[in-house]
Amino acid sequence: MASLTIQNVIKRYGAIEILKGIDIDIDDGEFLVLVGPSGCGKSTLLNMIAGLDTVSDGTIAIDGRRVNELHPKDRDIAMVFQSYALYPNMSVEQNIGFGLEMRGVPKEDRAKAIADVARLLQMEHLLKRKPSQLSGGQRQRVAMGRALVRDPKVFLFDEPLSNLDAKLRVEMRTEIKKLHQRLKSTIVYVTHDQIEAMTLATRIAVMRAGELQQLGTPREIYDRPANTFVAGFMGSPPMNLIKAKVVDHNGGPHAAIDRLQDGEIVLPLPANDGLRGAAGREIILGLRPENITDPQGAVSGGGPVLETDCLIEVTEPTGPDLIAVVEMGGKEVLARLRPDAEARAGQRSRLVFDMGKAVVFDAGTEARIA
Amino acid sequence: MVPGPRSGLSVALRWLLFAILGLFALVYLFPLFVMIVTSLKTLDEVRAGNLLSLPPNPTLEPWISAWSTTCVGLTCEGLKGYFLNSILMTVPAVAISAVLGALNGYVLTKWRFKGDGIVFALILFGCFIPFQIVLLPMARTLGLLGLASSTPGLIFVHVVYGLCFTTLFFRNYYAAFPNDLVKSAMIDGAGFFRIFWRILLPNSIPIIVVTVIWQFTNIWNDFLFGVSFAGGGSAMPVTVALNNIVNSSTGVKEYNVHMAAAIIAALPTLVVYVLAGRYFVRGLMAGAVKG
Repeated sequence: MASLTIQNVIKRYGAIEILKGIDIDIDDGEFLVLVGPSGCGKSTLLNMIAGLDTVSDGTIAIDGRRVNELHPKDRDIAMVFQSYALYPNMSVEQNIGFGLEMRGVPKEDRAKAIADVARLLQMEHLLKRKPSQLSGGQRQRVAMGRALVRDPKVFLFDEPLSNLDAKLRVEMRTEIKKLHQRLKSTIVYVTHDQIEAMTLATRIAVMRAGELQQLGTPREIYDRPANTFVAGFMGSPPMNLIKAKVVDHNGGPHAAIDRLQDGEIVLPLPANDGLRGAAGREIILGLRPENITDPQGAVSGGGPVLETDCLIEVTEPTGPDLIAVVEMGGKEVLARLRPDAEARAGQRSRLVFDMGKAVVFDAGTEARIA
Repeated sequence: MVPGPRSGLSVALRWLLFAILGLFALVYLFPLFVMIVTSLKTLDEVRAGNLLSLPPNPTLEPWISAWSTTCVGLTCEGLKGYFLNSILMTVPAVAISAVLGALNGYVLTKWRFKGDGIVFALILFGCFIPFQIVLLPMARTLGLLGLASSTPGLIFVHVVYGLCFTTLFFRNYYAAFPNDLVKSAMIDGAGFFRIFWRILLPNSIPIIVVTVIWQFTNIWNDFLFGVSFAGGGSAMPVTVALNNIVNSSTGVKEYNVHMAAAIIAALPTLVVYVLAGRYFVRGLMAGAVKG
């Protein structure tokens, strides 16, 4: 177990920069999730931490020791691959023990370590089988066992759950989280699934096109996204991003938004230094669907609130919620209502805008200003 | 194929298909049949009867003669010495060329380097060089190396020539071999040869079988290199010896002995194919479909 420091790390293939200077610093025992769309460089970064890919520039340090030039086997890391990468010719037991064998661990110690891990992951009955005789979930378990048995400083997970079906994925997710809570190990985990990122991480690094967009706790990422990309990527359904203009109203900053049917709506913005003297400025208002709801379902966090009638275009019952679609600023805006809320498509319904958690982005740079 | 009710026409077509296939099988088996029946007849019976007639009193005499007493050139000790020569040549040549091909394939797919594509293209080019072109330079090389007219010399020639094919086989097989396994083994602490020995090779059975069958058949059956580089010497392989038996211009033509000798010379490749053949098709198809 150890800390991990990534300092201004750059990856170039020829003239093309795949990673454009990444800075991440995590403490001992943290669960870092690298998340982003395909091609954002998250897997490349993981491979560089593992030593499977060279670092073009910058420093990667484990426990304060620079590892750039170290061979993967000398970095004291273990990796779980998306494809599991189990050796097909070896039994589960041999798969788990291979790393120990290569490190010259005596046979008796090896057997004991394998037995311990098998017990931890409840797969004692699988030890004699070949990988081809295992189900997807069992293979996943063996792949984790192979990483755990070495007790490395840092665990690396490369989209470990993406080959599993939906139900199993949720189960294994919980299991990984339990494992982390129990072992308190340092983990770097790559995924493109934002729910996995939210549920597992102690810290999330959102990446896009080789650049780190934001590094923060799941709460920070969710509540205070650094820019519209992070806001739109994290959360399901995603945050509503609405074109608006700052106006002064009753002595405080408000967001004026055009609507096709109901005319302009003026929403109060939270009092914030970023909006001082911002009247007239073009902004993008970020408001999560759960902050637009029906009056009965509204729970105010103490921020400014506005109640108004809106024309509901479509309703989508999801079970626990009723998602209502309204039009604002030329875009579809989702509101999350109670499942039995009185909202019908084509009719006006009363909605409550809880502006306490609203965020404001600059319309040009798309970075958060408030 | 989905079994279902068949119409009269499809049954008729099916029987027609069987008939045609049967006919082809007969055409291909016909020479073997002639060889076997002839090899079991005495020379008088061969002269008296026709080609297809079964031996009236089957005898193994021609086989024994072919194996141990018939004359190859001036020595009259049968094929057995040359058969052994062929084994001593073929087994090491197959083993060495297969191992080197596997290593080449491993490096060309899992330890990529700048220009590896060109290296592979050049090796591949070697598959298309006709035997005849290399005869003179190879004879000179063997002479310089002091390997002329020797079994090690023939092994060397066959390894050099076979390398192109074995490299091609293994490269294409390993191109479809998951890189994650190699990466995982690297993290587990295995080095270059350990990854090869413990991870790659144990999972290469189908392509090893293909390579062994291919190389064994080619090297065992080779005549040109054998006659060129060990034609008169004691290292003569069985194919050249067979030719010398049949081409002996003195005395009577012992057709029964010739047939027996030809079958003996062809037997090892048949055995290898029968024993490993079921892997052959599987190996050629490997990687063609996912799963």
